[in-house]
Amino acid sequence: MNLWLLAANSIAFGGLLFLLSAGFALIFGLMRIPNLTHGSLFMLGAYFGVSLMAWGLGFWAAALVGGVGVAVLGGLIERLLLRRLPGAELAQVLVTLGLSFMIADTCLMQWGGDPISIETPAALRGASHVAGVAFPTYRLGVIVIAVTFATALWAMLERTRLGAMIRAGVDDPMMARAAGIRVPLLFTVVFCLGSGLAGFAGVIGGPILSVYPGLDQDMLPLALVVVILGGSGSLVGSFVGSFVVGVLYNFGQALLPELAYVVLFLPMLLVLVVRPAGLFGRPSP
Amino acid sequence: MRALEVSGLQKAFGGLHVTREVNLSVDPGERRLIIGPNGAGKTTLFNLITGELRPDAGSICLFGQEIVRVPSRRRAHLGLARTYQIITLFQNETLLHNVMLSLLGLSGLRWNPFRRFARQAGLIEAGRAALSRVGLLDMADRPLSDTSYGERRRVEIAMGLAQNPKVLLLDEPFAGLSLEERRDVQGLLASIPRDVTIVMIEHDMDVALEFAERITVLHFGEVMVEGSRAEVVAHPKTREIYLGE
Amino acid sequence: MALALLASLPAWIGNSYYVNIASQVLLYAVFALGLNVIVGYAGLVSLGHAGLFGIAAYSGAILINGGYGHFLGIVGALAVTLGASALFAVLALRGTGLGFVMITVALGQIVWGVAYRWISLTNGDNGVSIASRPAPFGLSLVDADPFYWATLVVFLVALAAIAVFVASPFGASLRGARDQPRRMNALGYNVWLIRFLAFLFSGLWSGVAGLLFLYYNQFVSPQTVALTASAEVLLMVISGGTATLLGPIAGALLVVVMKNVASAYIERWNFVLGAIFVAIVIFMPEGLVPGSLRLWRWGVRRWRQRLAGPVAMAAVPPGSGGGQ
Repeated sequence: MNLWLLAANSIAFGGLLFLLSAGFALIFGLMRIPNLTHGSLFMLGAYFGVSLMAWGLGFWAAALVGGVGVAVLGGLIERLLLRRLPGAELAQVLVTLGLSFMIADTCLMQWGGDPISIETPAALRGASHVAGVAFPTYRLGVIVIAVTFATALWAMLERTRLGAMIRAGVDDPMMARAAGIRVPLLFTVVFCLGSGLAGFAGVIGGPILSVYPGLDQDMLPLALVVVILGGSGSLVGSFVGSFVVGVLYNFGQALLPELAYVVLFLPMLLVLVVRPAGLFGRPSP
Repeated sequence: MRALEVSGLQKAFGGLHVTREVNLSVDPGERRLIIGPNGAGKTTLFNLITGELRPDAGSICLFGQEIVRVPSRRRAHLGLARTYQIITLFQNETLLHNVMLSLLGLSGLRWNPFRRFARQAGLIEAGRAALSRVGLLDMADRPLSDTSYGERRRVEIAMGLAQNPKVLLLDEPFAGLSLEERRDVQGLLASIPRDVTIVMIEHDMDVALEFAERITVLHFGEVMVEGSRAEVVAHPKTREIYLGE
Repeated sequence: MALALLASLPAWIGNSYYVNIASQVLLYAVFALGLNVIVGYAGLVSLGHAGLFGIAAYSGAILINGGYGHFLGIVGALAVTLGASALFAVLALRGTGLGFVMITVALGQIVWGVAYRWISLTNGDNGVSIASRPAPFGLSLVDADPFYWATLVVFLVALAAIAVFVASPFGASLRGARDQPRRMNALGYNVWLIRFLAFLFSGLWSGVAGLLFLYYNQFVSPQTVALTASAEVLLMVISGGTATLLGPIAGALLVVVMKNVASAYIERWNFVLGAIFVAIVIFMPEGLVPGSLRLWRWGVRRWRQRLAGPVAMAAVPPGSGGGQ
């Protein structure tokens, strides 16, 4: 395979991973909830996209509506279940894991066992030439979307009141509470945002990955690796981590297909050994 | 030789210098009191001495042996024991089990996966002896969750004493006790033989002053005043710190 | 008596289908008991233990197919599993709490990835089969009944070993390190090493269960090491009750029976599994064995109160009380 193309695919995949894992990192960093439904929310978003497009919605509208739908579901999960289990990490792991099984099985029942592809939006079909090299236009589009979202998220976190509250919550939940921030509401907002991003990413990823049972199980570990690499609660960490994982995953698949997973997870293990808080996470005192 | 010699000890969390430059020498058998307002860095000092925190600079010697690089668990084996300000006992276990765990920590038996822990006669006997020293022998088989706060403070001390330490660090042993319980603990501390050196953090000046021979006043991570009871009480800086004069 | 009951089980079940299910319950009970060492007694939740279970099954299968025979196959597989457990432990113990969970998920996924993709070693999605079960002391384990008895023996050995382990001084150290790690360190314990050794012990029994699984099915595939498999065995531990000896056994019984019964009547086993997870966490967080004990004691107290006398009863309007 063409090395340039491989690199472009890696970066596009990294962008997709960023959309998926930014929410995961925020939820993990702010709420200390290991949201094991995150892969399922990604898959669910993709399936929502499939159905919405079958009802005649355009690709972008389907991506937005699918994202909002998943965000609402995420909000419900947070409000109805996770809220009952504050600080109980084991219980949260189990509940989110249980939910992921339920979602996976429901998807299987609803959309069947065969992979469904999502058609690339017409405007982004074909190839574009950048510096004399041909790239699939859609993948370039995904990179643009990811960078746009990264910028928007960054601006939201750094420049807005909500962002300041989230940062305060990540840095020191106790202090944030003491400072009068309505942490429960903040939690719901962040959970919706993170879930919505995952759902949106699912539709955006559709033309590249298509949708199939087991997509959730494929994506969740990738999000985990990104967050372990980048450090929980760190947007910059997720951003860099996503592209690192994107490159490792794609190059691993292409060059060492038998050991693709080892190639993917090895750097994570090395980071853990050298710097358990992740490359961009702050070590706890 | 000093029982405990701390020099040039420093520790900062982020930009916050909790321990600036602490020097402390405690003679064998001495009763030393450390006082200071909230945030003076008293408990941090204990955490540094026991190795639960790693200092940024400085040295800690236990009977002449440099221990600043020795891991926390090894320091226990060198004869350093402590109690905690916030009680950190084993809630679901009996009082005897709590003290036995303290004993087991220094015993080679702790790695044994074959024998029955509950049938270790040596540990049981020593555990009961430690409980009897603090007057809790009749409650040995009660779960810790069934005891009062004052009784738990005494279990804390029993666990410290059970290790037969050379240096015992007591972090606010009187905190939250009733007047009567204070008297009990006071008597208990007075009965500890002189081969145990004791360093105590305490807010309750009445009981503490009676107990200690020398007093160190810590303020913003530094030693402000040190001396005998009378010297410290009379020192203008003490008044400044404590009475806001 | 329970022992006699268990030993004579095939005689009064008769049907080999149900004897096989009983064998499955026992082999998963060994797995759950092993996992419980780390989840219950060490307080470290592992979602990667199917990886260890699978490593034992795969390496056993590969060694046996390589012509090393059953004995060397078993010994070799357990040695490989112990090595893998050590590696898992060194990495996972870099974190505690959530960090530990996340790392074990990742490690489990690596094993899954290798099983699925390293086709030259593991035959990928098709899995690896072995031709025969061993015949210890010349006793063939081909039929359901002898295999059940062999599994029962292994189960009893595991149960006894783990019972001795948790009641030992080392077991007490392990529980102490779970409840107050900092304090244990200050008391002179090497908390890291205690956890590391417990992980090895847990891994060893997971490996034993993995070999039982291999011999039971004479087949192992990537599904055996999937996250779902780790979650299933964790459910056994949690649903039965962590840090108890009986809990994981009850949990294994529940999950295996549910799985076989549910899959016979409803297709949606994974949905049921997920729903049980959620329900247990929300309604019976301490697990079925302690939870049922609590309900039982509560029921008995209520019953006694009702029998306590007509004075108490008098206040209750007729028809609303009484001992149904």
